[in-house]
Amino acid sequence: MVKGGNAMKVTVDRELCVGSGQCVLSTAQVFDQRDEDGAVVLLDDEPPWFAPFRCPAVIAGWRNS
Amino acid sequence: MSTDTTTGPGRPTEIPYYPMERSAGCPFDPPPELRDLQARTPLTKVRLWDGSTPWLVTRYAEQRALLADPRISADTTRPGYPFATAGIRERRKIAQTFISMDDPGHARLRRMVTAPFTVRRIEALRPAVQRIVDRLIDDMLAGPRPVDLVQAFALPAPSLVICELLGVPYADHDFFQSCGKVLVNRDTSPRDQERAQNSLTDYLERLVEDKQAHPGDDLLSRLAVGQVATGALSRREAALMSTLLLVAGHETTANMIALGTLALLRDPVQLGELRDGDPALIAGAVEELLRYLTIVHTGRRRVAVADIEIGGQVIRAGDGVILASEIGNRDTEVFDHPDRLDGHRDAHGHMAFGFGVHQCLGQNLARMELQVAYGTLYRRIPDLRLAVDAAQVRFKHDGLIYGVYELPVTW
Repeated sequence: MVKGGNAMKVTVDRELCVGSGQCVLSTAQVFDQRDEDGAVVLLDDEPPWFAPFRCPAVIAGWRNS
Repeated sequence: MSTDTTTGPGRPTEIPYYPMERSAGCPFDPPPELRDLQARTPLTKVRLWDGSTPWLVTRYAEQRALLADPRISADTTRPGYPFATAGIRERRKIAQTFISMDDPGHARLRRMVTAPFTVRRIEALRPAVQRIVDRLIDDMLAGPRPVDLVQAFALPAPSLVICELLGVPYADHDFFQSCGKVLVNRDTSPRDQERAQNSLTDYLERLVEDKQAHPGDDLLSRLAVGQVATGALSRREAALMSTLLLVAGHETTANMIALGTLALLRDPVQLGELRDGDPALIAGAVEELLRYLTIVHTGRRRVAVADIEIGGQVIRAGDGVILASEIGNRDTEVFDHPDRLDGHRDAHGHMAFGFGVHQCLGQNLARMELQVAYGTLYRRIPDLRLAVDAAQVRFKHDGLIYGVYELPVTW
């Protein structure tokens, strides 16, 4: 998903993350996983692109900053 | 779920039985009747072994939406849950694990075992998996021909890997593999299911106890020391979770390796490309084989906890819902020429591992194992071929997980 405008930031809800790692597989420059439980870690909240479609828990998206 | 007929223009009055049978000459394709249903409607009622009539969701978009919908429950203790067999219904009573729970209970338990399955940890395991795969191929090459690829390679490879990851002694593999075979067969009796589940849970409970006293660097030890010793889990709960991981770690990847090899042997061009060993191409082919084969072939099962309007129908609270990913992964709306095995397509959107919060915990391990297995076997045995007539290969039509019973090969 390409972001809609310059003010858009990536948002994730870590509480609902199931640690599937699909975000890391698709966009490793934006996402990482915490070692202790695999929960998502946001490396870059203003990337030009990422693939939220792959997140099985549907917890990643764009928001207006 | 009490209606016996579906009404409306152009609809048949008979509720179809699920699961349907594949066509004899097309062992890689979904049942023709299932394909017809998908063409006709995104969801419809079907009849199960126990006479119940849950919804069958046939199309990708609706399956994906429902699997991510919090109004859909995986809790097998809820009335209306559409069990695949009587055996599974009985087994769930003695073996409730996070795959058959909703959040927050599901999330709490799943997080206890997520750490070893992160992308980074699985990647770190790749050299060890490569060594296991190479050693099994060494043994095959040094042994007699023909050989059954299932017994010589497809089953021991993931078995050795999951044993190392969990901390289960591989020497006991005859025992736990025979239990696993009972658990994934649709035709085993409730009594046999129960017996196999209990033997396996007892065995793993003893192992967890042993790990509490002598912890190692493995998942069972982590559970024993981090969860059981602190009182977060009982030893029995830890053992139940371990049986789930042990069985899931065998039956899925093993069937993918053998069934995938059979599919590729019919397609020399794609097999040749895998033999050349380009990692990106192998990774893409793995996704495509996961989509094309969809070995979890009798649907993901759920029950609605509220009324849900979808696909022109209303699923009522308490209705059983079956998401048939085996046909969702062949949806022409999502995949061009879906019945074609094409390693060059982008198959990443497939639902072979499910979708939603229950999506397969071991998917990154499975991917890596399959990349190593497919990426090594055909390179090291370039003239690998079937040792019997293709028509003689026996498929697991009666399995909860699809595959082949044996795959005699030679070279």
